[in-house]
Amino acid sequence: MSRPAHRRPECHKINKDLLVLTYGALVAQLCEDHEKDEDVNKYLDKMGYGIGTRLVEDFLARSCVRRCHNYSEITHIIAEVAFKMYLGVTPSVTCNNSSKNAFSLILDKNPLSEFVEELPAGRSSLCYCNLLCGIIRGALEMVHLAADVTFLQDRLKGDRVTEIGITFLKQPKERKSQRRK
Amino acid sequence: MRARSAWAGVRRLGWCMADKVLFEFLHTEMVAELWAPHPDPGPGGQKRSLSILESIGFRVGQALGERLPQETLGFREELDVLKFLCKDLWVAVFHKQMDSLRTNHQGTYVLQDNSFPLLVPMASGLQYVEEAPKFLAFTCGLLCGTLSTLGFQSLVTTSVTSLPACKFQVVIRKP
Repeated sequence: MSRPAHRRPECHKINKDLLVLTYGALVAQLCEDHEKDEDVNKYLDKMGYGIGTRLVEDFLARSCVRRCHNYSEITHIIAEVAFKMYLGVTPSVTCNNSSKNAFSLILDKNPLSEFVEELPAGRSSLCYCNLLCGIIRGALEMVHLAADVTFLQDRLKGDRVTEIGITFLKQPKERKSQRRK
Repeated sequence: MRARSAWAGVRRLGWCMADKVLFEFLHTEMVAELWAPHPDPGPGGQKRSLSILESIGFRVGQALGERLPQETLGFREELDVLKFLCKDLWVAVFHKQMDSLRTNHQGTYVLQDNSFPLLVPMASGLQYVEEAPKFLAFTCGLLCGTLSTLGFQSLVTTSVTSLPACKFQVVIRKP
């Protein structure tokens, strides 16, 4: 290998404003380049997916999380460890169905939209933080978990909170023990 | 009298932290997506794509500059402003100071970073030198944007001879 082993820098932190402002400028640029909100949303999701597939490696290396046994544990790790590590916030987790494969992350405060007061005019369908959905989806896919991740509520659209819905798509194989009578 | 570090004031205002890896990955993804070759190949094509990244960096630099405490905006000397970029801005953004600042005292400044954080994960040495400008475009724009908020119009270019070191050439445009 031509490059020396990667030495992790001691300081993992960066000015959050830089991240938030960069993200805002990126969304603004995408809005200039794409007329339809759906296209911007898709682009953000795609970029997030690319980030998530790589971020998960960094996360697993630095967080030393234990192996999860169900979707609920996984969702709690995303909320309590990953969000905390990368964005400094901890969303709360709710389970949305009895099959226990659909969950929500509820964010009272969304750091990425900190400087956004409202969506631009004519952009009412824009999912401003769709990058986050892509990141979660990409990260989960790299650990062999397919999931649909979308915004269910968005403060920027007038909802009380921001809610990200994660629906895990494949049920783990259930072995039903058959009792011999 | 040496001006108090502007970013000390920013910290007191409640400077929050995020993880640097997230920004690095976001930056890399932006380079990958927004530096697509222009459909019209030609010398203008690459320049346009670089400009998109620079203009995003410019907006961010302007906004970062606007978040500085008011006393910072009282800079009068060009050299003070460049020193501010090398020390305070670089520390605030990249957690390190610029390694050297040279000038011809006629409006041209060369800022050298021997270990630029956005290049460090890429390679060490001559590998990927040709790819490096894509990864510096955003930061060029950032410098330009911050200078713009501080009242200086500038042109910023970069050169890389060996990763992860790079030089930013800042030419202050006279009004």
